[in-house]
Amino acid sequence: MSIAHGVASGMGGIRTAGDLVARMQLTRGMRIKEAKAYVAGKLGVSERDLSDPVVMLDVRREYGLGGLYDSEITDTNDAWAIQAKFNIAELLEIPINCVESFKTLVRGKLGAKS
Amino acid sequence: MQMTRGMRLQPAKEYVAAKLGVSVEDLVDPLAMSEVRREKGLGTLIYGECAEPTEPQVMEAKFHIAEVLDVPIACVDGFKKRAIA
Amino acid sequence: MEEGIPTRMGDGSLTRMTRSEIKADIEAGTQAAAAKAKVPPLSDVEQEHLLDIYASKARFTAVDMGEGVIISADGSGTRHIGTRQNDMQCFEQLLGADIIELWHIDYSFKAVKTVLPFEQQEMKDCLNVITSPMQYGAMPDLGRYTQPDGPIANWSELMPLGKIDEARDAQLEAVEQAVDDMVFVADGMAAVGADGIDLDTTGAAGDADFLAALRATEIIRKKHPDMGIEMGMAGEFVLGMHGQIEYDGRRLAGMWPLAQLKAAEKAGATIFGPCVNVNTGKSGAWNVARAITLVKPCMAEAKIPIHMNAGMGVGAVPMCRYLPLDAVSRASKAMVEILRLDGL
Repeated sequence: MSIAHGVASGMGGIRTAGDLVARMQLTRGMRIKEAKAYVAGKLGVSERDLSDPVVMLDVRREYGLGGLYDSEITDTNDAWAIQAKFNIAELLEIPINCVESFKTLVRGKLGAKS
Repeated sequence: MQMTRGMRLQPAKEYVAAKLGVSVEDLVDPLAMSEVRREKGLGTLIYGECAEPTEPQVMEAKFHIAEVLDVPIACVDGFKKRAIA
Repeated sequence: MEEGIPTRMGDGSLTRMTRSEIKADIEAGTQAAAAKAKVPPLSDVEQEHLLDIYASKARFTAVDMGEGVIISADGSGTRHIGTRQNDMQCFEQLLGADIIELWHIDYSFKAVKTVLPFEQQEMKDCLNVITSPMQYGAMPDLGRYTQPDGPIANWSELMPLGKIDEARDAQLEAVEQAVDDMVFVADGMAAVGADGIDLDTTGAAGDADFLAALRATEIIRKKHPDMGIEMGMAGEFVLGMHGQIEYDGRRLAGMWPLAQLKAAEKAGATIFGPCVNVNTGKSGAWNVARAITLVKPCMAEAKIPIHMNAGMGVGAVPMCRYLPLDAVSRASKAMVEILRLDGL
């Protein structure tokens, strides 16, 4: 059932910008149109591009937003999972709870991005 | 301390004991070490009832280990490089 | 003579209906909903749109390119592939779910409360390897607080004995305990970094169950201003097991989706999931027309995202174990396009 909904109507999660739009719904209660417009604005792409995996692969890598793991496409120098969420929080200007929790638990040792 | 600084066993133990403020014998005592590790945020076993998810674990713990032992840890440096502070 | 088009019934069985029969079912479904809930039926244009979807012989259908919405996958995973963490990763990496949900097999806040530290550790482990937002889900499950499973007198047994006041008191007592448990679990999940909490099948035990979720939402919202709170309903109509409970000056018993949404917004929910139960004796086309008619009043007035429940036996998805791709994709496309949903 989940596959059916995902393929029939879903934005595509981290393959595209689905997770980013989802965060605007979950954290800011934005309706879908507003959430897509906001994310598109932050990424500098069109709303149509948000659902395009070809466009979003490059955009996600450029901003360090994580994505699918595929050894033929991505590499270990790309930000991933918790690292990516740091970048997502900054780009979308929203708090991400596990990022805040991580910062608290490393007690100021994160340092600046080199 | 062996992997990063090539120390032999005894010097490595003495170095770590000094950094942690414990005796060399304490280093192999799980009771003593669980307290020290918790206090300094060095991570402990993630095991059943003993797991403490609100304390530094895994990646978070390695940030503290790097500082306490004054050694570079590659994945910590990699994390800093890929994530924004 | 009209051709028979393969289509599904509400129980998932395959049947054949002509285009005219499907059209008649769509009209009957929307009129049934309109009469029951006192809402407008679907327009001719909307019914025609539904007919195009349901009179197709295609094995699969989908929304137009670029029109995708957010899939919040309640109960992500199968629990039978590797660890739960692997399951979450599968949903993120392979299924493209936009919001992932961690959950315990005993999907009840009362049960989860007793194993919270283990669930917290699991959530934290997942958060480290998952990029998509993650929420923790369970049911308010008010009935769990009654004897023999819980400490409170069973109101389902008191009512047939004519002990109505005692039954009402028992429900209100259960509400207090349920609210404590939901807040306790939400606090625990917030502490380890979860992005949200999902109060699933809210209202399953009637108006008192709904009240518990609303009160818990208020408290969680105040304590954790940035935490996502998804409130997914159990049915299209709130049953009056108590009958006199009010929230924000309105009686909860008898609420249809629009009124449920207003209550959820007032409490501080971030995402609302209306639910319409499937009639297994009617066609998929009848069921989807009914479901859309009942939820449509929410769409113009919603201030928060609407993620329609579209799982087994709800949201025009058949009530059967192995859900046919044709039935689910039709329901998915129909509801997203006609309602302009924010998600599923």
